[in-house]
Amino acid sequence: MTKLLDVKNLSVSFGGLKAVNQFEIQIGSQELVGLIGPNGAGKTTVFNLLTGVYTPTEGSILLDGNSLIGKGSNKIVNMGVARTFQNIRLFKNLSVIDNVKIAFQSQMKYSALAAVLRLPSYWKEEKLFEEKALDLLKIFKLENFAYQKACNLPYGEQRKLEIARALATEPKLLLLDEPAAGMNPSETNELMETIRLVKEKFEIAILLIEHDMSLVMGICEKVAVLEYGSIIASGSPEQIQNDPRVIASYLGESD
Amino acid sequence: MNVLKKKIPSYIVNAISVIAIYLIISQLVWIGVINNYYLGIIIVIGINIILSTSLNLTTGFLGQLTLGHAGFMSIGAYASALFSINANLPESIEFYFALLVGGICAAIVGILVGIPALRLRGDYLAIITLGFGEIIRVIILNLDFTGGAKGLFGIPYATNFTNVFFIMLLTIYIIWTVIDSRHGRAIKSIREDEIAAEAAGVPTTYYKLFAFTLGSFFAGIAGGLYSHYILIIDAAKFDFNRSIEILVIVVLGGMGSLTGAILAAVTLTILPEYLREFSEYRMLIYAVILIFAMIFRPKGLLGTSEFSLLKVFQFIKRKVIG
Amino acid sequence: MDFVLQIINGLHVGSIYALIALGYTMVYGIVKLINFAHGDVIMIGSYVVLLSLTELHVPFWIAIIVAVVFCALLGMLIERFAYKPLRNASRITPLITAIGVSLLLQNIAMKVFSANPKPFPNVISGEPFQFGGVQVGQVTIYTILISVVLMVLLELFVLKTKMGKAMRAVSEDAGAATLMGININTTIAITFAIGSGLAAVGGALYSTAYPIVDPYIGSMLGLKAFIAAVLGGIGKIQGAMLGAFIIGITECLTKGYVSSQLSEAVVFAILILVLLVKPAGILGQNIREKV
Ligand SMILES: Nc1ncnc2c1ncn2[C@@H]1O[C@H](COP(=O)(O)OP(=O)(O)OP(=O)(O)O)[C@@H](O)[C@H]1O
Ligand SMILES: [Mg+2]
Repeated sequence: MTKLLDVKNLSVSFGGLKAVNQFEIQIGSQELVGLIGPNGAGKTTVFNLLTGVYTPTEGSILLDGNSLIGKGSNKIVNMGVARTFQNIRLFKNLSVIDNVKIAFQSQMKYSALAAVLRLPSYWKEEKLFEEKALDLLKIFKLENFAYQKACNLPYGEQRKLEIARALATEPKLLLLDEPAAGMNPSETNELMETIRLVKEKFEIAILLIEHDMSLVMGICEKVAVLEYGSIIASGSPEQIQNDPRVIASYLGESD
Repeated sequence: MNVLKKKIPSYIVNAISVIAIYLIISQLVWIGVINNYYLGIIIVIGINIILSTSLNLTTGFLGQLTLGHAGFMSIGAYASALFSINANLPESIEFYFALLVGGICAAIVGILVGIPALRLRGDYLAIITLGFGEIIRVIILNLDFTGGAKGLFGIPYATNFTNVFFIMLLTIYIIWTVIDSRHGRAIKSIREDEIAAEAAGVPTTYYKLFAFTLGSFFAGIAGGLYSHYILIIDAAKFDFNRSIEILVIVVLGGMGSLTGAILAAVTLTILPEYLREFSEYRMLIYAVILIFAMIFRPKGLLGTSEFSLLKVFQFIKRKVIG
Repeated sequence: MDFVLQIINGLHVGSIYALIALGYTMVYGIVKLINFAHGDVIMIGSYVVLLSLTELHVPFWIAIIVAVVFCALLGMLIERFAYKPLRNASRITPLITAIGVSLLLQNIAMKVFSANPKPFPNVISGEPFQFGGVQVGQVTIYTILISVVLMVLLELFVLKTKMGKAMRAVSEDAGAATLMGININTTIAITFAIGSGLAAVGGALYSTAYPIVDPYIGSMLGLKAFIAAVLGGIGKIQGAMLGAFIIGITECLTKGYVSSQLSEAVVFAILILVLLVKPAGILGQNIREKV
């Protein structure tokens, strides 16, 4: 069986710095994988490479056997990889629901002419996707904010809105960059529950960057550990917890 | 369903108000309250509204600074004027074909200018359109069939209050229906955050080019109306200062607000007429407006919000009844 | 011989463009802003030199120093009041402000000096030099020499001094630079001062070659210099110099062999070609915005 995502020898450098070095990962469909590593290890850069924000200097990225290298970000989204950003990037001055509706872009079909003439296709699709967007917002308990500006949401809700927006693109693989950053423990637990639920409901694979070790160990089926741009260990949470290299360089210092 | 229901009342209110405005103005012209001088100002207001709503598309909604809007206007003005002068179509339709030719020529040039500038992130559009505006002026001055520095004569008189009014309405209607659609949302998402827009699946280059080309098209239409109104055109009428005048309207009215741009276009066309003794300070004042507006009220008078007639009526109703 | 002469003329204007392009490129490198007002700072510089020569009767080199100081202060003033309040605003906001400042300077100059062009006195006279069969005017020699010396000094400044290093750090990563104790405000102010000072020299040298000063001389001059900066790779100091010489030579060759009216169109055609083929410019790397 081919994996959903198959990444080999992925590298990129900025000036002299090898931010990601011979990175490898395989993710099966509907797997929930954690990516952990100290600050500056290159986790976000891996996301940027996977989503076409940066072009790798070498390596291969295959999604369902199709290469993602050299494709533009929006193409990659349409192929099935969606993401959130570590430093939230919402469409701040647009309404919460418009943030989600924008991500339906490739599923909506009516032309500009249909919009100008207000043809039935315009009304039909606008109605359909308005409802779809509200459904997505409900999952994250955001439906009451739907018609407010996104920048007026509390911080935690903004993070959730970003996930809802990513889900609207109908991904096969969802990349979440520290989705719980800035949340308190109970919010974090609730969010992780939602993430698990989303994974089941939409039948998607998730790659999750998170700093909180216990959290990653609790929810992920597989964990990969990144240090100085390279994977130093990967496997089940138990394997990782017992891996001497990980204990030495990561678990050891957090105690 | 709720989408439709929410929008219908404001459609009706707007349609009725627009017809009322038209009828009132044409009656006032008929009974002579509005003389030719005022009528001229009204026609220029209409043209300026087309120019500023179309510039608002690129600068306000797409968030890319364009400094050559007058250049696109000049292409429309010359193309449509040359069409009218040389074509021998029946009078009733010739003008509209001429306008269309002007709009399409401006749009084609818009695509050519936009492709190198808009593929890139950053502010290249500003500098390229600035240069384009200058180059087009030099080219017009040096060509024969444009009349060179003497200007182009013999343009038939065809622009009047009625056709300016309805073409202006059509322009506003088209731009507004595009903005209020999935295409408009995509355009606005680019203004908000280009990287996030890409990550949400928006083909950003396509939509940048789309908005810029549509904006250029309507600038061309405005140029056509203008040339068939003043009848003699020369390159100096479409210089950098003209582009700045349109930009000031958009900045003052609100980048990303159609109604704001319309209100500002009316105000900034009428005010200079009354303040003629200050006319030599006009560009100075515009410069100060640009700086202060950006520092103290960067979103313009209305920001990105729209002025809604429906809400005004509802407000009045509440006050009167309740 | 005509060809060699055009090349020398190209080097002459090219070195003026280079001095001006440096200001664009340094400012862009550090605050990512196209400083549209830069061209008008040049114009102000030319007026200051002119006034110093005709009213104060000082020698040319003192007039240049006066203009450099004046323009450096002006540049810092513009930055402080027009751009600094907008550092965290959306990109288009300071861009529009810059247009406003440019118009403001032009219109103030028009009110103060009137729109009529003023003649610029002949300050560098003397026998032209002979190289082989080619005559090269002293103005040309001085212009190229002064520009090259200033460019070398700037390069040394950026590479060797503490302030130069701070500039490079801020343009790489302003956030990290702050953490390392670099004062961003000072660094940006100094960058504007240096850029505007160089523009003043550029303006003075330009006026010796085209001895007419009016409120609009800065617009086209600034635009060409900016194109030079983009051509060489915006944000790169050597790029600005390289781009400026290419633009200068192309312009002179077009004027000499094709048509003087088309020279500006050709310069723009180059800009568009570069943006299509190598958007980052000749020496520029694809800068990746940190996401
Ligand atoms: N566009 C860029 N230009 C230059 N350096 C970059 C760029 N993007 C990332 N880096 C560098 O690459 C390294 C890895 O950064 P990255 O953001 O991927 O780390 P991270 O693992 O996500 O860390 P954190 O836990 O802090 O989010 C860092 O040293 C960073 O400064
Ligand atoms: Mg990170």
